[in-house]
Amino acid sequence: MIELRSQRALIDYRQRIQATTDPQQRRIRVCDGTGCRALGSRKVLALLQETLQEAGLAGEVEVVPTGCPGFCELGPLFTIDPEQIAYNRVGVDDIPAIVAKTIAQGEIIDGLVFVDPVTGQTIIHDNDLPFYTKQMRRVLELNGQIDPTSIEDYIAHGGYVALGTALYEMAPEHVIEEVKRSGLRGRGGAGFSTGTKWHLCRQSPGDVKYVICNADEGDPGAFMDRSILEGNPHSVVEGMTIGAHAIGATQGYVYIRNEYPLAVQNLRIALQQAREHGLLGDDILGFGFDFDIEIRVGSGAFVCGEETALMASIEGKIGEPRPRPPYPAQSGLWGKPTNINNVKTWANIPLIIRNGADWFASVGTEKSKGTMIFSLVGKIRNTGLVEVPMGISLRELIYDVGGGIPGGKGFKAAQIGGPSGGCIPKEHLDVPVDYESLAALGAIVGSGGLVVTDEDTCMVDLARYFLKFTQEESCGKCVPCRVGTRAMLETLERICAGRGREGDVEYLVELGQEVKRSSLCALGGTVPNPVLTTIRYFRDEYEAHVYDKKCPAKVCKGLITYEVVAASCTGCMVCARNCPVGAITGEKKQPHVIDPEVCTRCGVCHALCNFDAITVH
Amino acid sequence: MDFEARELAETIEQNGADASLISILEEIQGRYRYLPQEAMILVSERLGVPLSQVYSVATFYHAFSLVPRGRHTISVCTGTACHVRGAVQVLNRLETGLGVRPGETTRDRQFTLETVNCLGCCALGPVVVLDGEYEGQMTTKKVDKLMKRSMHQAAGESDD
Amino acid sequence: MLHIAIDGQEIETEAGRTVLEAAREHAIYIPTLCYHEAMEPFGACRLCMVEVEAGRGRQLVASCAYPCVDGLIVHTNSDAVLHSRRITVELLMASSAHVPIVRQLADELGVGEPRFAMERNDCILCGLCVRACHEIVGVGAISVIDRGIEKKVSPPFHIASNACIECGTCVLVCPTGAITLADITGGARTVHPSQSEFEDVDCRICGHHYLAPGFVDHATLFAKVEAVASAVKGEGTP
Repeated sequence: MIELRSQRALIDYRQRIQATTDPQQRRIRVCDGTGCRALGSRKVLALLQETLQEAGLAGEVEVVPTGCPGFCELGPLFTIDPEQIAYNRVGVDDIPAIVAKTIAQGEIIDGLVFVDPVTGQTIIHDNDLPFYTKQMRRVLELNGQIDPTSIEDYIAHGGYVALGTALYEMAPEHVIEEVKRSGLRGRGGAGFSTGTKWHLCRQSPGDVKYVICNADEGDPGAFMDRSILEGNPHSVVEGMTIGAHAIGATQGYVYIRNEYPLAVQNLRIALQQAREHGLLGDDILGFGFDFDIEIRVGSGAFVCGEETALMASIEGKIGEPRPRPPYPAQSGLWGKPTNINNVKTWANIPLIIRNGADWFASVGTEKSKGTMIFSLVGKIRNTGLVEVPMGISLRELIYDVGGGIPGGKGFKAAQIGGPSGGCIPKEHLDVPVDYESLAALGAIVGSGGLVVTDEDTCMVDLARYFLKFTQEESCGKCVPCRVGTRAMLETLERICAGRGREGDVEYLVELGQEVKRSSLCALGGTVPNPVLTTIRYFRDEYEAHVYDKKCPAKVCKGLITYEVVAASCTGCMVCARNCPVGAITGEKKQPHVIDPEVCTRCGVCHALCNFDAITVH
Repeated sequence: MDFEARELAETIEQNGADASLISILEEIQGRYRYLPQEAMILVSERLGVPLSQVYSVATFYHAFSLVPRGRHTISVCTGTACHVRGAVQVLNRLETGLGVRPGETTRDRQFTLETVNCLGCCALGPVVVLDGEYEGQMTTKKVDKLMKRSMHQAAGESDD
Repeated sequence: MLHIAIDGQEIETEAGRTVLEAAREHAIYIPTLCYHEAMEPFGACRLCMVEVEAGRGRQLVASCAYPCVDGLIVHTNSDAVLHSRRITVELLMASSAHVPIVRQLADELGVGEPRFAMERNDCILCGLCVRACHEIVGVGAISVIDRGIEKKVSPPFHIASNACIECGTCVLVCPTGAITLADITGGARTVHPSQSEFEDVDCRICGHHYLAPGFVDHATLFAKVEAVASAVKGEGTP
């Protein structure tokens, strides 16, 4: 095992790896992230290797399982080098043809290449795909390129050079100054100046300090942190090591949700490899700096994404936040000065040190520098991860990068920042996506989760959904959050059930504003946002629910009815047999009838009917 | 895999000063499929933490269960993206099919139904995870197929 | 010494004091429910919120935990503060309008009937009983369990605690009378101090000492855990 105990050793090692890599060799890069695995990529990968073996090609063709490059909508994803042929939606049935035609003869298979849904144009090469060309992939660059379980891949692509620079060529204060100058702001949601935070922690007296990576990505719809840890874990390890040296910490923790087993696994491998190569642990890179990282797995509590609750969890306590000040930079884990940053923040550090603060700040807006990674989910064509410069307009993000709304439906609102965020309606589509501009609209950048909704989404139901999530996740320590969100949820449930009253909307606004101002932590401090913004921009929908007892989007169970269209009904009896409450009656081959008194609006009949004979009012 | 109380006691002591209460409880949850009362008492004694603290932690975090979970776990993602794509219908179908609500276990202790708030596979919503195997783009029909398959498998296992 | 202003009044206080402590030193009233001089500030009831001006405009903060800094300006009765207090009390009234101290606060602040109702509860989850048991007495017989709206105070497994030494501190510090000794000991006198088998141990997590009771002999305990292991194995653990 190569132990790298100097900058020179690292450079030599990288050159040796690059020398043994033939850029012209046939390689097949297969996305092996959780998303593609859920689409069957493991079976595809196994069959690919088997087929190559049988064809006698296993020696010449390298198969590289990679992390998630972000184009989740079209997974499983293949990229075949050196031509960079991009195949999407690859299934096991496609493997024989891929090996026989593309691998053996360089022939492109039409059914597997990307066809632009708008222009009809066929695009063969990965680099030309509009999904990628419209992005600015800095942090995500190596996702989809390297094998995340290979430190050699990371080093070959320039990994750990920044660490060498930070240790040997810069004083700790200079590292902090560079991070400050870059303008990097916390990518976990608060957007606090990272360099300033590091500075405050360094200034705090004490010999024992900690750095923590907050990988408790709990926002439903957000998975960028997961993909970074799955696809390029060394970027975070390197970032944390640089930070630890700058701040004066000797121990780090990565706190990661237990719902992310692959990320935990790949991170574990990365830590082990880094230690073996002298890049973590004792005498890092021969500089005499000792620092190591431990993984702590979460136990199913969204509130542990809040920094003081996270620290309590590491300490073995329940995830209850505590009052701040004092801030973690002064008194954090076990009372020691602690610097906590989000995964994306740490992953940016090696890039800043390697390319310089000016490079980082060359994109973005005046106050929001650099790039940001968003997860585009919901009613959007290109569901997946995208990295774009701060300040891009929401319209560009959704329509150019995201490909717009599928099914010809109209855009309704974009929820940014998960349960802590607000929704942005059509009239504000041109808002630049940056910290200040979104805050002015009542929303937040948050950790980057962006859920797109269309005309079939009920905004009142969406607000109710978020409050239900909040009620399950509130730690319950402080009165405003514990009881206030319960009051808000009950009001919303009544409204969605058709029992809204005069004054309900005003009550939600008043209560929401107070819960925000009076709660102990940022969970209570932000969870009224979805309610407040949906009321702000979709008040008419609320009023329809309360006064007209109607749900315009036809979602709220208490306000809709399912009906059989007799003319279309063939009497096949599928709906009647599957109705969980026996609300449907009808003879074979005779039109069926739904009894609205018994019907629970579960929607199963509507989902199962093969003849479009069931409508929703 | 054999797991003796003595071994548990030793594991706790071996972890030493850095012993993390939560990591130890996670291990016990993984092995026993729940946190037995006696195990919690043992942890309290051996780790040197008040029992009330152990119990507080055990009831706070949703990863821990005080009653045995089923041999198989079916998790439905109810994250925003999956919700918007119809996760509620998928969940309802499973509730009906298994006869339990989320958090509950079937009487034969075979299946536990759970909801999860976002697994990070939003492109494939709605997502269901059966014993660590992810199934994407679930529909009511696919749920029926999945349930049939897993109940058949479960019946086969208990015959051994 | 630090110089701060509370409601326009210039006062001097020692460094390290919280805003609440400084206010109390000068007989300025700020209501509290979860605060106690003998314990660490908790920040749960949110009644002690005040508005401070410290450079970045006005901000609502919990005075029980907010440290005084030189030049700090504090408002204890501004509109923002009163509105926050009223909502907090109204929310408490939803379950605890019958509790004297809550009713008193409601009258003081002019809070009428709550617009929201919950199950009747004597306990307002101020946490004083639990904190006293852990921080002051050092026994740790009770704790807060579950989370969110289900949160409650209980001895482990909801059965009589044999860690409780019946000092009565929890009953003493409870502001609502919600907790009684019988709740913790199950009514019977389970411990006689001179015959108690308690071991003085330092908690691995927080470092405070606590009295660890002997639950049962180890042979019996091991046998019980092994029985669970066999039962699970019998079901066929993967």
